[in-house]
Amino acid sequence: MAVPHPRPDPAADAGPAAAAATAPFVSVRDLTVRFVSRDADVKVINGVSFDVLKGEVLCLLGESGSGKSVTMRTLIRLLPPTARLGGTVTIDGIDVLGLPRNDLKRLRGSLAAMIFQEPMTALDPVFTIGQQIGEALVEQKGMSWADARARALQLLELVQIPSARRRLDNYPHELSGGLRQRAMIALALSLSPKLLLADEPTTALDATVQIQVLLLLRELQKELGMATVFVTHDLGVAAEIADRIGVMYAGRLVELGAVAEIMDAPRHPYTEGLMRSTVHAGMRGKVLDAIPGAPPDLADLPPGCAFAPRCRSVREHCLAVEPAAETVGPGRIVRCLRHGDDPAYAASAPLAIG
Amino acid sequence: MLSYILRRIAYALPITLGVTIICFSLIHLAPGDPLSAVLPDNAGPDMREQIKIAYGFDKPLPVQYLLWLKNVATGDFGLSIQSRRPVVSEVLPAACNTAYLALAAVLIGFPFGILMGAVAGYTVGGWIDRAVTSVAVTGVSVPHYWLGMVLVVIFAVNLGALPAMGMGPGGQSSYAFDWAHLRHLVLPAITLAVIPAGIIARSVRATVADIRRRDFVGTLQAKGIGEGRVLYHVAKNAGPTILAVAGLQFAQLLGGSILVETVFSWPGTGFLLNTAIFTRDLPILQGTILVLSIFFVFINLVVDVLQTFLDPRIKRA
Repeated sequence: MAVPHPRPDPAADAGPAAAAATAPFVSVRDLTVRFVSRDADVKVINGVSFDVLKGEVLCLLGESGSGKSVTMRTLIRLLPPTARLGGTVTIDGIDVLGLPRNDLKRLRGSLAAMIFQEPMTALDPVFTIGQQIGEALVEQKGMSWADARARALQLLELVQIPSARRRLDNYPHELSGGLRQRAMIALALSLSPKLLLADEPTTALDATVQIQVLLLLRELQKELGMATVFVTHDLGVAAEIADRIGVMYAGRLVELGAVAEIMDAPRHPYTEGLMRSTVHAGMRGKVLDAIPGAPPDLADLPPGCAFAPRCRSVREHCLAVEPAAETVGPGRIVRCLRHGDDPAYAASAPLAIG
Repeated sequence: MLSYILRRIAYALPITLGVTIICFSLIHLAPGDPLSAVLPDNAGPDMREQIKIAYGFDKPLPVQYLLWLKNVATGDFGLSIQSRRPVVSEVLPAACNTAYLALAAVLIGFPFGILMGAVAGYTVGGWIDRAVTSVAVTGVSVPHYWLGMVLVVIFAVNLGALPAMGMGPGGQSSYAFDWAHLRHLVLPAITLAVIPAGIIARSVRATVADIRRRDFVGTLQAKGIGEGRVLYHVAKNAGPTILAVAGLQFAQLLGGSILVETVFSWPGTGFLLNTAIFTRDLPILQGTILVLSIFFVFINLVVDVLQTFLDPRIKRA
């Protein structure tokens, strides 16, 4: 895309760590990801830009297929070989997309570590928890297995796993879902990463366990001062843990801002729709106000704004012109024609959505 | 762990008993009268009656079975109708010869199949994968007696490099693991190894490809550990499946191949069965099939027990 993207100025950001940091820890610019196979070429990410500061939690919020997980996995290049990447990604000064394959271990584990959604399948079923936490220490730090085991025990205690010593020799199937996810977190923390990536880490858990794991994650993140990218489709989770929220739709970041701004005063019609469709107390008997329609097929995006077919504020102009990212306040970005200074939107006729 | 092994052994017992029942009923299921093979052509009804009593065929079937089972348990499988020698002294050396052949085929075929399958599983969709898959399919589809004959024509007849018949000088009694004997093993072992190698290559490919798609491989890569260590994880996960397939193939090889052993005149169980079938030597047939079936049950038992060492999830099941 030829449209220049305005860059959020970190110094002007209202985030808590803004004063301490001079340069963003993670910087993503014009990221594009395509999945190319013999019979298909699907653009999954279409020009995503954002920053994450040291010690800050950025939540990527969106529906399934909006590209939030792919965006996060790109940060450690954990994508299938069919993926073609464009744009730039830097973490702590390292050019992630330009890193040779053999150097990826500089990035993975020690600089950035990842927590996966489903700890049952994300842990190897035939290795013990202790082995799985310890092996990164042995491989990357050259520790002995005895030292690695001692460190693994410390980590299990850090994530508050009861009778941790016994759990070291357990296999994943011998742990409950909540304990497995704690073990997964311990594994991610084993190399003291500076950036934590969490891919819906509470989605697969029981509701009561979800909040415990979420509180633990927030506590650890504050204590260890890690920059964090947190992917979720759950607004409640985002509100609980995020400093800033980026809302994704059809492979684009449609709105970015501090958590309170996004929650209290959403600017993009899609974000507005998400806020309206949440369930909370006092709604018994009322009809849910859902967003009509379904997310578009990424292989066949409509011209103009990808959200236009489902948008309440859609006008004729939206079907023709793809909105650029507009800075509408300090650190606040919206990708919608309604907020641009384009007079064509005001002039064009409103459309009814079906 | 121990209780699992004991339980597994307990499961094997009824299977073995079932096998003995089938072997016993073979005589009665086979077309024709078991007596007709023993009786001279001009035997009268009196003689027929006498022989019937002598062989115990006048008693009710369950009683016959129990008597037979008692004898079998003490190693007495009866006498061969053709050679008049005890069945055991015919079957055991043959089983031993087949075991040499089976082991040689395993040493040739299994490492080859596992290696090919693993490489294909790592390059799914690529040209190496397609090449391996077509070689494997060809290996499984080629009739092995035909392959045996082709190998004989090339290496024994045209090149004169390897022998085509028998086990080597002196036969079974003076068998030794020297080149004079081992060179007789080469062609039949290669012939027998082709099908198991193909089957193993295909299932290793499928297993490795499946495991490499699992989520935990992503976790391993996200940890930043080396490809070698990831391969170790993949191998340990693939182990139980490969072991099960390989065990089944090994048991099948131990059963001997009537066609291949006949092509190479290898004095194993397949050769013995072939002769027994053509001479209607039912005690030999019965004894051979029983010994082979018990091998089969035993190998499966060993595979199941070995799997508990590879897969921690089995112990609880």
